[in-house]
Amino acid sequence: MVARWQSTSCSHPRPSHHPASSSVLQDIRNTVGNIPMEWYQDFPHIGYDLEGKRIYKPIRNKDELDKFLEKMENPDYWRTVQDKMTGADIKLTDEQVDLVHRLQKGQFGDVHFNPYEPAIDFFTHEVMIHPVTNRPADKRSFIPSLIEKEKVSKLVHAIKMGWIKPRKPKEDTPTYYDLWAHEDPNSILGRHKMHVPAPKMKLPGHEESYNPPPEYLLSEEEKLAWEQQEPAEWRLNFVPQQYRCLRAVPAYPRFIHERFERCLDLYLCPRQRKMRVNVDPEDLIPKLPKPRDLQPFPTTQALVYRGHSSLVRCLSVSPSGQWLASGSDDGTVRFWEVCTARCMKTLPVGGVVKSVAWNPNPTVCLVAVCALKQVTWHGKGDYFATVVADNSNMQVLIHQTSKRWSQNPFRKSKGLVQCVLFHPIRPYFFVATQRYVRVYNLLKQELTKKLMANCKWVSSMAIHPAGDNVICGSYDSKLAWFDLDLSTRPYQLLRHHRKALRSVAFHKHYPLFASGSDDGTVIVCHGMVYNDLLQNPLLVPVKVLKGHALTLDLGVLDVIFHPTQPWVFSSGADGTVRLYT
Amino acid sequence: MGGLEKKKYQRGSATNYITRNKARKKLQLSLPDFRRLCILKGIYPHEPKHKKKVNKGSTAARTFYLLKDIKFLLHEPIVNKFREYKIFVRKLRKAYGKSEWGTAERLKDNKPTYKLDHIVKERYPTFVDALRDLDDALSMCFLFSTFPRTGKCHVQTIQLCRRLAVEFLNYVIASRSLRKVFLSIKGIYYQAEVLGQPITWITPYAFAHDHPTDVDYRVMATFTEFYTTLLGFVNFRLYHSLNLHYPPKIDGQAEVELKPAEGKEYAMDSESYLEKLSALSASLARVVAPTQEDDVEMDEFPVEGETAEQMDARRKEQEALEKHKKLFEGLRFFLNREVPREPLAFIIRCFGGQVSWDKSLCIGATYDVSDPSITHQIVDRPQVEQQVVGRYYLQPQWVFDSVNAKLCLPVADYFPGVLLPPHLSPFVTEQEGDYIPPEKLKLLAMQRGEDPGEESEEEEEEEEEEDDNDKDEEEEEEDESEKEEEIKLKKMEEQKTQSNKVQCMAVGLRLEDKQRLEQEQQSEEKRLAIMMMKKREKYLYKKIMFGKKRKIREANKLAAKRKAHDTAMKEEKKKTKKARRA
Repeated sequence: MVARWQSTSCSHPRPSHHPASSSVLQDIRNTVGNIPMEWYQDFPHIGYDLEGKRIYKPIRNKDELDKFLEKMENPDYWRTVQDKMTGADIKLTDEQVDLVHRLQKGQFGDVHFNPYEPAIDFFTHEVMIHPVTNRPADKRSFIPSLIEKEKVSKLVHAIKMGWIKPRKPKEDTPTYYDLWAHEDPNSILGRHKMHVPAPKMKLPGHEESYNPPPEYLLSEEEKLAWEQQEPAEWRLNFVPQQYRCLRAVPAYPRFIHERFERCLDLYLCPRQRKMRVNVDPEDLIPKLPKPRDLQPFPTTQALVYRGHSSLVRCLSVSPSGQWLASGSDDGTVRFWEVCTARCMKTLPVGGVVKSVAWNPNPTVCLVAVCALKQVTWHGKGDYFATVVADNSNMQVLIHQTSKRWSQNPFRKSKGLVQCVLFHPIRPYFFVATQRYVRVYNLLKQELTKKLMANCKWVSSMAIHPAGDNVICGSYDSKLAWFDLDLSTRPYQLLRHHRKALRSVAFHKHYPLFASGSDDGTVIVCHGMVYNDLLQNPLLVPVKVLKGHALTLDLGVLDVIFHPTQPWVFSSGADGTVRLYT
Repeated sequence: MGGLEKKKYQRGSATNYITRNKARKKLQLSLPDFRRLCILKGIYPHEPKHKKKVNKGSTAARTFYLLKDIKFLLHEPIVNKFREYKIFVRKLRKAYGKSEWGTAERLKDNKPTYKLDHIVKERYPTFVDALRDLDDALSMCFLFSTFPRTGKCHVQTIQLCRRLAVEFLNYVIASRSLRKVFLSIKGIYYQAEVLGQPITWITPYAFAHDHPTDVDYRVMATFTEFYTTLLGFVNFRLYHSLNLHYPPKIDGQAEVELKPAEGKEYAMDSESYLEKLSALSASLARVVAPTQEDDVEMDEFPVEGETAEQMDARRKEQEALEKHKKLFEGLRFFLNREVPREPLAFIIRCFGGQVSWDKSLCIGATYDVSDPSITHQIVDRPQVEQQVVGRYYLQPQWVFDSVNAKLCLPVADYFPGVLLPPHLSPFVTEQEGDYIPPEKLKLLAMQRGEDPGEESEEEEEEEEEEDDNDKDEEEEEEDESEKEEEIKLKKMEEQKTQSNKVQCMAVGLRLEDKQRLEQEQQSEEKRLAIMMMKKREKYLYKKIMFGKKRKIREANKLAAKRKAHDTAMKEEKKKTKKARRA
């Protein structure tokens, strides 16, 4: 539009306003045609006139200030436009300004054009007696259509063949009715027996409130900890917030998520009926006889026998109960008076003492000292057995003091022997290997029993003076009580200690047994054996004795009972021997 | 000796379960169809007791369904409908592809549909079963009814959900069965008691949803499809149990009131019907006109083996319930436009109150702000200009707290612009040893009929009166609190000794040596007895004790936090007071 208007304005030089200038300029018509004028931007001329001569751009050296002054001073500034073809300023006439206004308003350019002239119908709306055209009707308009017939017959055929089904009748049953009108509780399907109803959603607590009590809000550290946790281990799946009024509460962004997760739980989560134990923990504690009623047993530490400079590995009490022998890693055996804790004699042996054993025969005062692994006397005091720490068949040897000869009872080694024991009454010999205790009949020279200790590594063994019960301590902190009449498996496994058991001991007369462990404690238990075969032994822990300090991760190394009194001796890795009475 | 060799995994639990994929193959369904079927029929995987045995020796992670469940799905009519629908979609696609519009129209007319009535009946053989499982259905319907009408799911579903939800709300109002309400940060929880079954649902706050992208709306839509059917039938039954019309009809008299003035047509009758209903301000029409003596004294039949005390307690409970139902009776509320209208109107109407709101806010307003008979105006703005004398201006929390407390709480704490007391959850029932926030204690005392409010006021007054010598006072208070602490510590110690830890507390030192000795002996006995426990029992015992200890620890932590907060508040108060004086 603008281009057209420019050309018109160019073609009509302004005769009325500038007659003089137009006559001077004459007809400078640009011949470059309708091209983008910026192609001549970099040239001094702006095109060519009819004679082919360059039309030069008018010299314009107006700066901004000049423009501004002109804007302020020239009253016709607003109607002055620059002709792009000639570069000259043109002042628009009144008609031209009118035209611009009309076009801007969206009116027709021509002032005299009337767009709302009354419409004249081509045909009248009144029905006339004569038709407009008098063409007779086609024949096809009154004879039945063949194509239609074909179509209808096709449809009929399709219906006949069942290809097209008639429209379903609309169901007029109401959407909702009394579904449970005829409730029959017996109609419950068998399936419902296995039905596990979905647990209900957890009801919200105080912390979910929009205005919870202040103690439920998380502190900074708690918030940080909450953020660092995995979503799976959150106890709350939101951070409690406090808003001062209901208006300030925003939408909960995870609302849809939570409903969706509930849906997933309902149809994807495997369900299982879990029996919840609703039990008072007090009822779980077994009802045992009171330790007070099971007295006597050692309760307090009475004496400490100091003197050894290294760990005391073994103890033995003389049959009279007056003397105590202890062997230590410092290479000495010390003899103590029990009642005074006085060291009567120190016997340097010149090697680590692993085991000492006092001859049980009260008429003979004899101590067996051994640096091998273990030495143990037969009840009569004539025989003793030693254990050597190697894996040959010569591990166990039985020696006779009166004849001064030794014999090797086993032809073949059955594993690393931990300790051996003589039966107090019968001619049985107990050999404990890592996991089993074998009981040999020495007279018949055969294996009578093999006790399964149910532990990884047997450390020690003791036999009840009546000879029917054996206890085994193990390095995996278990103590197994065997009833030889009952079974080859433990009657009871006691896990009282927290660390490896080093030694176990029975009392000669009282129904007591003790176990010493690496955790530095000696646990004294009441172990009543009844003569009635039907009654099982009664095992009750009665006292935990503490006193030994832990050194090198070792606590109590040996425990032994006094032969007559309810006293127990223990030797520890701290180089002391302690007496508990 | 003789007989055939028994093969492994051909008897016992291995034959009772079937893996998901096998089940799918047996039913000849695609996975989405199988899932849909499981959702509609309420079939869920089971966790077998011995997973390895069921899994035929493998320990791979698999989901198992009960074989019986799957067999039960085999003759489900809906399975055939699924197949028909698949065929229908195929035919329709073909017709569109061939531009056979007539065929497409015909196919659309015969679109296979299915009904879920029989499934509802089968899943919930009795009405009470259905009520028990209504929680999820209601929550879902309330969520769907707030969805925008674009995208995500069909408009019809949204409209249906809205209708059913509104109908249920109207039922709750008519039967006055709402019991508890709770404003949480997630939404508003409601609990109603219908036929003795507690029904809890949650509605989101009225905001536009920011639809998450990691949610499968098809699964939710399938659930909603079932839930709407269920809720429709439940509503029908509930309405009929109250002798109300279903679909609900607004009471004739109320309808006249609701009619807009002449010339101000609001909308077509059919359109405005649901809106009128959802305004929750009109009562519903009954099938049988209610007689005046509706509250007939129920005869009491003593249950066998029930003592007079029990009966008395029961009667008392019944009376309390009746009183609770008439909590807002005779009160006239007006809701300002900034408070959420629907929840508040619902709650107030549930407890017998009359409620109205601004006429331009929603249809169904019955009286104007200027009505002099208004007793309570609910506002949620810091201050109210032009207060009318003769009515309380309260924050919305008052309504919720009053409902939960079962009595109209003192209004002073809830004035506009006042720092509100904490809003407590009515769903928490504290057992012994649990932490109870002090506000709850106060509330319990108030329910028992005591008036703890005066004390605190007096205290404050005293504090104000006293200037410098309030230090002594405070010490006394501290002494008191110390005593409380002592008691608490004693309790804790008992529990700790039970949990076999001897800890010499400061309290223990003061006790006599003899007693202490005795206690120590007892604890040692216990320790020894615990040593003799069987492994399994010991494990259980330790677990229980661990849980107990954790509970105590948490309660102590909360108590300590509260104490620290209270002291901080007190300090602050003092400072401001001093600053005021200076």
